[in-house]
Amino acid sequence: MRPGRLTTLFGAVLVLAACATDDPAAERPDTLTIVSHDSFADGVTDDTFASFTESTGINVEIVAAGDAGSTVNQAILTRDNPIGDVLFGVDDAFLSRALDEDIFVPYTSELASNVIPSLFLDPEDRVTPIDYGDVCLNYDIAWFENAGLAPPTSLEDLVAPEYAGLLVVMDPAQSSPGLAFFLATIDRFGSEWPGYWESLVANDVAVVSGWSSGYYSDFSHHGGARPLIVSYASSPPAEVIFAEGPTDTAPTGVVTDGCYRQVEFAGILANSAHPQAAGELIDFMLSPEFQETIPTTWFVFPANDTVELPEVFADNTVVPVDPTSMDPAEIAANRDEWLATWRQIVAP
Amino acid sequence: MAPDRRPLTPRRTLWAVAAIPVAFVGYLFVYPMVRILWLSLSEGLADLVFDRRLAGVAWFTLWQAVVSTLLTLVIAAPLTWAVSRYEFPGRRLAQALVVVPFVLPTVVVGTAFAALGWRGSVGAILAAHVFYNVAVVVRTVGGLWARIDRRVEEAAAMLGASPWTVFRTVTLPLLRPAIFAAASIVFLFTFTSFGVILILGGFGLATIEVEIYRQAVIIFDLPMAAVLTLLQLAGVMTLLTYYARRQDRTASPLVLAAETSTRRRPTGRTRWLVGGSVTATLAVMAIPPGVLVARALANDGFGRLLDTDPVVGRPIDAVPTSLWFASIATLIALVVGMCAAFVVSRRGSRLSQWFDVVLMLPLGTSAVTIGFGFLVALGQPVDLRATTVLVPLAHALVAVPFVVRVMAPLLRSIRPSVREAAAMLGASPAQVFRHVDLPIVSRAALVGAGFAFVVSLGEFGATSFVARPATTTVPVMIFRLLGRPGTGNFAAALGLAVLLGALTAVVILAIDRFRSGDVGSF
Repeated sequence: MRPGRLTTLFGAVLVLAACATDDPAAERPDTLTIVSHDSFADGVTDDTFASFTESTGINVEIVAAGDAGSTVNQAILTRDNPIGDVLFGVDDAFLSRALDEDIFVPYTSELASNVIPSLFLDPEDRVTPIDYGDVCLNYDIAWFENAGLAPPTSLEDLVAPEYAGLLVVMDPAQSSPGLAFFLATIDRFGSEWPGYWESLVANDVAVVSGWSSGYYSDFSHHGGARPLIVSYASSPPAEVIFAEGPTDTAPTGVVTDGCYRQVEFAGILANSAHPQAAGELIDFMLSPEFQETIPTTWFVFPANDTVELPEVFADNTVVPVDPTSMDPAEIAANRDEWLATWRQIVAP
Repeated sequence: MAPDRRPLTPRRTLWAVAAIPVAFVGYLFVYPMVRILWLSLSEGLADLVFDRRLAGVAWFTLWQAVVSTLLTLVIAAPLTWAVSRYEFPGRRLAQALVVVPFVLPTVVVGTAFAALGWRGSVGAILAAHVFYNVAVVVRTVGGLWARIDRRVEEAAAMLGASPWTVFRTVTLPLLRPAIFAAASIVFLFTFTSFGVILILGGFGLATIEVEIYRQAVIIFDLPMAAVLTLLQLAGVMTLLTYYARRQDRTASPLVLAAETSTRRRPTGRTRWLVGGSVTATLAVMAIPPGVLVARALANDGFGRLLDTDPVVGRPIDAVPTSLWFASIATLIALVVGMCAAFVVSRRGSRLSQWFDVVLMLPLGTSAVTIGFGFLVALGQPVDLRATTVLVPLAHALVAVPFVVRVMAPLLRSIRPSVREAAAMLGASPAQVFRHVDLPIVSRAALVGAGFAFVVSLGEFGATSFVARPATTTVPVMIFRLLGRPGTGNFAAALGLAVLLGALTAVVILAIDRFRSGDVGSF
């Protein structure tokens, strides 16, 4: 027998041996990797997945891949050879793109029955809702009291002369809350939305690139000049938790009209070597243990309905009356055109 | 071969030294770029529309970069002159303080600019670009200026030239290589500006870099993003090729003097000029950081750095992580950069000119494209994607051009006759390098190391689109804090930014002290 044949034989034996032990228990990985956007990755600490590791023996690593859009695009580019097993942080704005590009495999968690039903947006279960947040206008309570002006109560109010020059919004092409507010206005005004935005511009709306820069530079509660800003329904409790000195009442309030509900999903990446273990990780992310940490870590709400909210949340969060949401397919089909029109209006 | 005809650096040695930077830049830059551009363009170019708006973006990108570069050169000139030609109390501190803006995240500087009302205009963009880049000029040009022998200028003065004529006809031509080097770096930074444009510019202003982000991330039109990347690269390469030609023509070997012999104590009218230059420049540059300090202090931002937050942990704990990453990145950048500078400084060869251009390209390339390029290219043979190793490598990729830019002008200015003399006296090429080049190189390397260190410390945005392990460095911690509402988070973020700035100043100060510790050995 020539050496070449010998090698082949050896190879065949090795392959057979590998197949023989290829039952699910044997392929348990040491580590699972979650690919996520930076803001999720930034909140993860050593404790976040500690009990998952304890019960399964699997470590969890996080890879940060930029903002939500960049994370989804990177997953698409690496579909054949993914850099992780689970992707977390695709939201309704980018969901269609992710599903069209087939980057996820279907998985139905046994805990899915505990999740608020309206959060499921993919009938094939390729993504699982993990959290949601309501993007709402926030106002600076003290500013409005001093000015002797009532805060606005609806989207329509924002174009009234008394609210001229008070509002800060984010560029919907770059900012996730910016896009949410934009979609809320489209949902409310239908084909009339460009007219509404023309009125907002006439009423001196300020457009900034991102939430952090708007909230900490332009919002009057943090030293800026404008008392109305696009933020989250959960921002007021955060202002209590991270206040300067102890306090029980939030210095900012929420306008409950014109809110938009954003849902964040996790999915098992196609071509992950460990889909089964990845499923267990998604189960863990829906478990009360993980879900309870969501409000105070990322300031969004747990998708699992059975989880109780921390007191500071329950006391300071106004639940929006009827938050808008939009079909991801509709967003995907129209977004580029909407954004181009919006740009024409805001920066002609 | 007769010994006296022996070339100073044998081709073989040159190639061996070149292999390190070639492999580094080839694998981490050229190869990923080719892969991602190929992938993107093969998707089809059918519906590319290069409309008037994009032409406007290209024009704005170019002119704001040119104006920013010129402004930076002019504004940095008096300070550069003062710290490189005169010895006065606080000189080293001044040299270290100008580097501080380098590490301050744009979103943090944005809050200071906003508090001052400097926001939302082209003026704000130009001001921010100057604020961020004065250090490049002070350190790159100052590094050479401090070594120009005063006797050359004095001779001209003795022959009756006015101080202005001396500067124009003697000093300026000698400084030209360093001025071009600094200008090319500032141009690349401002040409590819991203955060400053988004946060400080008015809404609707975009550079090609911002547009690439929009096309690649928001719209996911990869062919368009690739075309824009190529357009950006074309602009950068045009400038760099021109620069390389100029550099080759203008570099004149000169006698370098020890810094201690060129720096004088200012006397008479000069004292006022030196004092005025330093105070005025630093006072204006201190305004934004001053706002940050005041706002951090107002809400106990520094005290909060030691508090343990259940989510983000202790903010101060990010400091050792950052220092560790920066040290590794610096080491890599130094090794690669020194080899590269050695090759590039060998004049006359077309190849080394091209090499010089390619080394600079990562600075002038869209961060999104580099990030996506890593993903499609670095999975084989070893999967480097999203590993801890990739972060310092990516930082080093951005830092290498600094090392080369600082070192190459100095290496070029070593007179061949010195090397020849050493060789004639029987020194081997290795010995020539050790005794002639190395003493000069090692000090220049420290200036380069300083840049590499702060580039990594501040993370610089070049790596923001590289998929990477979630390691809490200082900039990441600042973004964590700024990502949450609440006065306390804001104060802690500012406190940490101020600490990062202070840390940078200390590191630079230490490097400078060490650098001039044994001056006089050449």
